[in-house]
Amino acid sequence: MSEKMKRQRKPLPRRIRNRITAMLVTSLTLVILVIFLIPMVYGLVNALKTDGQFSKTGAPWWPATEEQFEYQGKSYDVYKVPIDGDIKDLALVIKGRAQSQFIDPEKPEEGLIVWEGAWRQLDRSWEFDPQWNNFAKAWKTINFPRLLGNTVKYAGITTFGAVLSASLVAYGFARFRIPHKKVLFILMLSTVILPGAVTLIPTYFVFLKLGWVGTWLPLIIPAFFSWGTNVFLIRQFIMSIPRDLDEAAMMDGASPIRIFFSIIIPQSIPALTAVSLFHFFWAWNDFFGPLIYLAGNPEKYPITVGLTAFNRLYSQSANLIQASALITAVIPLIVFFLAQRVFMQGVVITGVEK
Amino acid sequence: MTDIALPLPGKQKKARSKLLKTEARWGLLFLSPWIIGFLAFHILPMLASFGFSLFDFNPAVPDEATLIGFQNWQRALTVDKEVLLSFTRTIHFAAISLPIGLGFALLLSIILNSKSVIGKTLFRTLFYMPSVIPVVATVLIWNGVLNEHTGWINLIIENLTGIQVTGTQGLRWLADPRLVYYAYTMFGLWGVGNAMIIFLAGLQGVPTEMYEAAEIDGASWLQRLFKITFPLITPVIFYQLVLGVIGSLQYFLAPFVLNQGTGFPQGITRFYMVYFYKQSFTFFNMGYGATLAWLMFIVALILTIVLFGTAKYWVYYAAEEKS
Repeated sequence: MSEKMKRQRKPLPRRIRNRITAMLVTSLTLVILVIFLIPMVYGLVNALKTDGQFSKTGAPWWPATEEQFEYQGKSYDVYKVPIDGDIKDLALVIKGRAQSQFIDPEKPEEGLIVWEGAWRQLDRSWEFDPQWNNFAKAWKTINFPRLLGNTVKYAGITTFGAVLSASLVAYGFARFRIPHKKVLFILMLSTVILPGAVTLIPTYFVFLKLGWVGTWLPLIIPAFFSWGTNVFLIRQFIMSIPRDLDEAAMMDGASPIRIFFSIIIPQSIPALTAVSLFHFFWAWNDFFGPLIYLAGNPEKYPITVGLTAFNRLYSQSANLIQASALITAVIPLIVFFLAQRVFMQGVVITGVEK
Repeated sequence: MTDIALPLPGKQKKARSKLLKTEARWGLLFLSPWIIGFLAFHILPMLASFGFSLFDFNPAVPDEATLIGFQNWQRALTVDKEVLLSFTRTIHFAAISLPIGLGFALLLSIILNSKSVIGKTLFRTLFYMPSVIPVVATVLIWNGVLNEHTGWINLIIENLTGIQVTGTQGLRWLADPRLVYYAYTMFGLWGVGNAMIIFLAGLQGVPTEMYEAAEIDGASWLQRLFKITFPLITPVIFYQLVLGVIGSLQYFLAPFVLNQGTGFPQGITRFYMVYFYKQSFTFFNMGYGATLAWLMFIVALILTIVLFGTAKYWVYYAAEEKS
C-alpha cells in the first residue's frame, strides 16, 4: 500500500495540518512581498551605478565598474579569458589580432601570458564598485535642500491649517444642535466625489486676479477651510468622548471656544495625530496644485514638481534619477515607520482615504 | 443625540428656544470654516465654471473674453474627436487598473487577515510602506524597473523563462500601446496600502461566529470566502469602487511625469485629465477647459448614480440600523 493511501485514511492531526497551512500561506505572502518590493531594491542598486554602466552590454546587474589593473605604471583593462579550461580575470597588455599577451593581476611577477584568440570577443571583467557619491551628486544637482525646505514648509503649514479647521468643524458637528445638520453633513461628505477639475478654472482665475498665482497662497489658504474626510474622522472620534467634562465646564460658565481648546482638543489627540499624518503625506505627495500655481517659479517648487523637472532634464542619467527618487522617498518612509502604529489605526478609524 | 446641559431645569419655552438659538449660533460658528470653504472653493467655483464654459476666454487677455453660448459644448461633444477619444482611453485604462488594483488589495487583505499568516503586523507594514512614497518618485522608480533593456522585470522574465524579452524586440512596457496600461497599473499597485487597510477593517467586522458555524457545517475555505466573506464586505468594495472610478477619471500623474502629456506611445496615454490640463494650462483655453471639466463632472455624477443604482443588486447591508 502506498503512503498516499495511508495518509488518506488517517488524516494528519489538526495541529500539524494548521502548522503546514501556516507555513505555506506565510511563504506565499513572503514571495508576493519580495516581488512587490523588488523595484525598491532596483532603485537602490541602480542609484549606485556609474553613468556608463547602463549602456554597456555585458554589464552586470549590480553596481560595478570595469576592472583595471595597474602594471608597471600603466593601467590595463581586465578581461575574462578562457585559459586552461578555466576562465581567468587577466589584464590585457599587448593587443594582437590573433594572439594577445596578458598579465595575471594576482601573480604579476610571473610575467606575460600569451593567449591565442581574438581579444575583441572577450568580455570585460567587472568589479563591485558602488557610487555612493551619486546621492551627493543628485542632492546638489536637483538642489534638494531648497525643494525639501519648500515641501516641509508646505506640508507643515497646510497640515496645521487642515487639522485646526477640521477639528473646529468636527466639534460643531459632534456637539451642537444645528438646523439641517444632517443635510449639511451629507453635503460635506459628498464633496469627496467632486472631481477637482470642475472647480479649478474659476479658482485659478480668482487667484490670478488677486496676484497669488506664482506664490504659495493658492495652495495654503484652502487648507484652512477644512476638508470632508478630515472632519469625518475627527467628528467620529469626538462623538466617542463622554460629554461629562464639557458639560461640567459649561456649568462653570466656560465658553464653547474654551471648551474646545482645553477639553476637546486634548482628548482628541489620537484622531488629530492620524489626520495630521494623512495630511502630511498628502501634502508631501501633492503635485497638480503646485504644478499649475507655481509654473515658471522653480525656486518655489516642492519636491514632487522639482523631481519631475529633474527627470526631464537628466533623463540620460538613470542613476541620478533613481538616487533622487530614493531621497524623495526617504523622509515619508522615516515618518511612516516612526508613526506606523498611529497611522495604520488611523486609516482603520476613518475607513476613508483622500 | 443628547442636549447640551440646560442651566434652567424649568420648562419655559421661551428660555429653551433662546438657548437652542444660541447653541445653533455657536454650532454654525464652528462650522463656518467648512461653510466658507464649501461656498468659496466648491459651490461658487462650480457654478462659475459653468459660466466660464459659455465664453471664449484666455486669462492672458481677459478683456477679449467673448460670450459664445454653447459653442464650447458643441465643439467638445461633436467636433473635437479628442474629447471622446481621451475619455475612451480613460475608461479603457480604468477597466484594467481598477479590477487589478482592487483585486490585489482584497487578496492581500484576505491573506493578512487569515489566522495562518505568521508576522501579520510586519507584513501589513511592509505592504503599506510604498504607499507613503510620493507618486512621482514611485513612477520614476518603476520607469527604471520596466525599462526594456536594463529593467529588472524583463531581466527576471528572461532568466526564468529563457525567452528573450529584453531589447527593442521584447516587452517594451512603456512604449508598446498594448502594454502601457498594464505598466501604469503596476505603478498603481504600490499605492495599494489604503485600500488594503480599509478592506482589512471590513474583514475584521465580519462576525467570527459565522465562520465557526459554517466550519461546523463542513463548508470549505472557498465556500466560506464566497458565501460569507465577500457578501459581507460588499459595502467596503462598493465604497472603494466609487472612489476608484472618480479617481480614475482624474488620472494624470504618471503620463504627465513620463511623457509630459504627449500621450506616448501613439497618444494612448493622453487621458481625459491630461487633455483637460493641456487645453486649460498649456493653451490657456480656459473657457473650453471649463467645458471639459463640467463634462467630467457630469460623467462622474452619472457613473456614481449608476453605481448606486446597481448597489441594491449586489451590496449587502446587514440592517438599516445606522443612520
